Amino acid sequence: MITSALLFFPLLAGIALFFVKGEQVKKLALSAALIEFFISLVAYFQFDKAIANAQFAMSTPWVKSLGINFSIGMDGISFLLVLLTTFLLPLIILSANRNTYKNPSSLYALMLLMQFGLIGVFTAQDAFVFYIFWEIALLPIYFIALLWGGAEKVRITFKFFIYTLAGSLLMLTALIYLYFQTPAPHTFDLQTLYTLHLSQGQQNWIFWPFFIAFAIKMPVFPFHSWLADTYTDAPMPGTMLLSGIMSKMGVYGAIRLLLPIAPLGVQNWGTTAIVLAVIGVLYTSLLAMYQKDYKRLVAYSSAAHVGLIAAGVFAMNHQGLSGAVIQMVAHGISAFGLFFVIDILFLRTGTRQINELGGLRLVAPNFATAALIILLSSIALPLTSGFIGEFLLLAGIYQYSGMLAAFGGLTTILGAVYMLRSYQSAFLGDHTTVSSNFSDLVKEEKLIIVPLILVIFFIGIYPKPLMEIAEPSVKQLISIIELSVK
Amino acid sequence: MKELVWLVPLFPLIGFLIIGLFKNNFSKKLAGTIASGAILASFTVSLGIFIELLSGAEKTFTYTLFDWITSGDFSVAIAFLVDPLSSIMLLIITGVGFLIHLYSIGYMHDDEGYAKFFSYLNLFVFFMLLLVLGNNYLLMFAGWEGVGLASYLLIGFWFKNQSYNDAAKKAFIVNRIGDLGFVLGIILIFITFGSINYADVFGSAMSHPSNEPVIVLITLLLFVGAMGKSAQIPLYTWLPDAMAGPTPVSALIHAATMVTAGVYMIARSNVLYSLSPTTLTIVAIVGAVTAVFAATIGILQNDIKKVLAYSTVSQLGYMFLAMGVGAFTGGIFHLATHAFFKALLFLGAGSVIHAMGGEQDIRKMGGLKKYLPITYMTFLIGTIAISGIPPFSGFFSKDEILAHAFAANPLLWILGIAGSIMTAFYMFRLFYLTFSGTFRGTEHQKHHLHESPSTMTIPLIVLAVLAALAGFIGVPEVLGGSHLLEHFLDPVFEDSKLILFTNHLSHSTEYMLMGTAVGILILVILFARNKYFTNNEIPKSDEDKKSVFANLVYNKYYVDEIYDAIIVKPLDFLSGVFFKFFELKGIDSIVNSTGKLVIGLSDTFRRLQTGHVGFYIFMMVISIVAILFFNLI
Repeated sequence: MITSALLFFPLLAGIALFFVKGEQVKKLALSAALIEFFISLVAYFQFDKAIANAQFAMSTPWVKSLGINFSIGMDGISFLLVLLTTFLLPLIILSANRNTYKNPSSLYALMLLMQFGLIGVFTAQDAFVFYIFWEIALLPIYFIALLWGGAEKVRITFKFFIYTLAGSLLMLTALIYLYFQTPAPHTFDLQTLYTLHLSQGQQNWIFWPFFIAFAIKMPVFPFHSWLADTYTDAPMPGTMLLSGIMSKMGVYGAIRLLLPIAPLGVQNWGTTAIVLAVIGVLYTSLLAMYQKDYKRLVAYSSAAHVGLIAAGVFAMNHQGLSGAVIQMVAHGISAFGLFFVIDILFLRTGTRQINELGGLRLVAPNFATAALIILLSSIALPLTSGFIGEFLLLAGIYQYSGMLAAFGGLTTILGAVYMLRSYQSAFLGDHTTVSSNFSDLVKEEKLIIVPLILVIFFIGIYPKPLMEIAEPSVKQLISIIELSVK
Repeated sequence: MKELVWLVPLFPLIGFLIIGLFKNNFSKKLAGTIASGAILASFTVSLGIFIELLSGAEKTFTYTLFDWITSGDFSVAIAFLVDPLSSIMLLIITGVGFLIHLYSIGYMHDDEGYAKFFSYLNLFVFFMLLLVLGNNYLLMFAGWEGVGLASYLLIGFWFKNQSYNDAAKKAFIVNRIGDLGFVLGIILIFITFGSINYADVFGSAMSHPSNEPVIVLITLLLFVGAMGKSAQIPLYTWLPDAMAGPTPVSALIHAATMVTAGVYMIARSNVLYSLSPTTLTIVAIVGAVTAVFAATIGILQNDIKKVLAYSTVSQLGYMFLAMGVGAFTGGIFHLATHAFFKALLFLGAGSVIHAMGGEQDIRKMGGLKKYLPITYMTFLIGTIAISGIPPFSGFFSKDEILAHAFAANPLLWILGIAGSIMTAFYMFRLFYLTFSGTFRGTEHQKHHLHESPSTMTIPLIVLAVLAALAGFIGVPEVLGGSHLLEHFLDPVFEDSKLILFTNHLSHSTEYMLMGTAVGILILVILFARNKYFTNNEIPKSDEDKKSVFANLVYNKYYVDEIYDAIIVKPLDFLSGVFFKFFELKGIDSIVNSTGKLVIGLSDTFRRLQTGHVGFYIFMMVISIVAILFFNLI
């Protein structure tokens, strides 16, 4: 019941918002997102932290002729990502409310439809339902980027769309193959797919369509080239949705489908996958070092972080997986925070060029402090949200290969390099002509920044309430994997 | 009192939060009072804990606050460990910390960022206490990176100046290099022992054989972290630059406490290191070489804080030498005495800089004795203490290290003596150039010369007393003492004594070594006195030609320039090449041409239709979705 509420409320609210005229859409969208957040809080207090399987599950026959059921529900991993989505959406809407966009009702409606798609992906308990939501989630963000994007939006969004669609068609092919492997009458039910026990040979090839689909979405090197353009060119709410939440879809897909269905395939190709992920981590970190556009810099840094998460997932051990889960939440929060900081910069000064800014700390000390805290959480300072996941991920990767952990760990150094350089250039030193009239945080901005910072410290200091949600599900996933691998 | 250990880090944390959040609402005086009061409160509790440990039978006590991270077999709590080692560290951190807070009230009086400064100082003390109190490696690491953050904020305290910001950034990044080693070491500890709590790790390590490769690797990785934080070769270059921060910061963070964290870490891990003689040898060599190398640079520096900075690097080298030869007590002893005399010297330098209106070049000082009598007297005591003249504190701690070094390998002793010769020389050079002779500054400066206010001189006097007398807690048996410190720390190091074999010296050898060292040092001091006091020599100005070797040393062996050329520049170059060549011309154009191929093919079909490829794909997906949804209803 509560899963259905979480899933369909944003759909209904989103459709309704299309018909709202004028500025009041801002308030209505925010109310809808807050109600959704409230529903997820209710779910949090009802969630049984001892259970590994999906809770609040429901299933109804959908396409009877094909044996497809509309099955949804939430295990711990799903639920954490649902919480991330419901927590971030009100903040993203609040931050969008500070700007004026043309056709606001369509933009806000699409943001809520996006939430519908994302929650659908995270709660699907049937592979076909998963696939459908995977595609549904793509549509709103495509339109947001296309209709409200920057100068080159047509070229960039087209590339993004074709790229990710190509990946999902590969996934669809693989799913259909799996469907026919199930005993008749065939099914897409996830639990059945988990018990297929495909042969080593089957798993070896089925790894690839899944891997490529998810690698494009995350993205993992060398499938990342759509990312920087799309992130940079999309309007800020779109970028926040993309990096804050949507980049987790690929990781989630790997955890939900690839690892339990083809553990032997992952074992076989694990080194390739982790090496690609680690190359991506270092490569995108180095690209971030070169950027002068703050938004593009954070886009690359986001890719570096997600790359490390991917490496942790493919290491297929407990610390790698629970590190990935908590880091998805932490990265969602810090990525949103960083893009929000850039949004403030751009709204005040009209530029995102780091070199043109400077001395903001002199004129806007509160903003500078907030930005520093968010930035430190993104470079994994202990006692902030970013540390827990990054440490567990490295611990997971180390159990796979110490060398790869050492290389992947270099991102903590490179991250400090590009983040502190950009901070120094934009916030420290003396103010420039652009920044001399910069005003400090206003009330609407504090309303976003304060909860964000509280959550950053809360997760960093006391992550237990979140980590214990995912723990049984991670444990169960590990036992499914070990059953095949050993 | 032990149950109240959580109060020790809590006071400075509260101080930081109050000052940080409400600094605009209250006066300067209040900010300084709150910050100093917080540290004094922590000191009081620390003292209570110390006295309880001294008299009680129970030598270790763990206080668990709550679970921090749990993931499968991995589990770690926010929990504090009270034992002789952590309680000594608590006393040093809160004791010296309090004096430096007090001093800062006077020193930072005219600074706009006064309240912010005290909030950062409190934040630093909080993290430093976390570092030494944690009962596991991850909590130590949290404090470890936290003090790095505080150091970053305080080095770049005057953030309008971009060269200060560069120094702050450099400190953070070089430390991050070390920290990666530390993190990997912690992970390997978890993989090897299944836990990262000290008690579990050391307990199960005891059954491992000596020089087992995995333990060698663990200790080496941890040592990489120590090299960063404690400024050892090759990761020392950030510390001299860190002098950009206000002088009390240099005294507290970059001399007395934070930079000794690496020494603390090894002392804490003494069981692991004792099981790995290979690593110990490396630690001893790195320490001894750093001690000598940094001292040579100190000889030719003319910036009062730079001399002290290189001196700190060098003295930290002695502490690592101690660790390396298994003299764990000696290392902690030197850590303590160094905290007193180096904090004293830095604060004295601050008093001089304060009087000189910001001038730091000793060539422009001279004759300050009569203007700053208290600073002069206390600085002299600090200088004697660091030079190792009995019965001042530095003599006892350094002597203990040198004796152990000799027992391990006479070559290490020779390096140690060479370093201490240079130390005595550059310190007395600094002392005479600053305080004796005639004043060489401007008339304007001369007019303003004054002794510092009492908030600054009282800490100097207290530290001078400690620098003079602290050695008596560790008087060796050979001099008729009973080494109180060693007995106190015994529970921490007793396991290592079972594993690690160390040579012992006969009393006659010890007398001989001691006599040789003191004899040479007195000669060196007389030489410095003759050169800079009797003959009033002044170091050459920067424009004058120097010999090739002097030039090399004066420019710090060009190590910064070398690092820049072999690491920083190539990395920046690489990032440019990757972006402009690989990314834009390589990967992206492959992707685009694949796309173009598809579009080219579709162009044929396009003649039959009108419109956009994207539109059709959309319609397709939307129709599928629509059909399925109708099916549902």
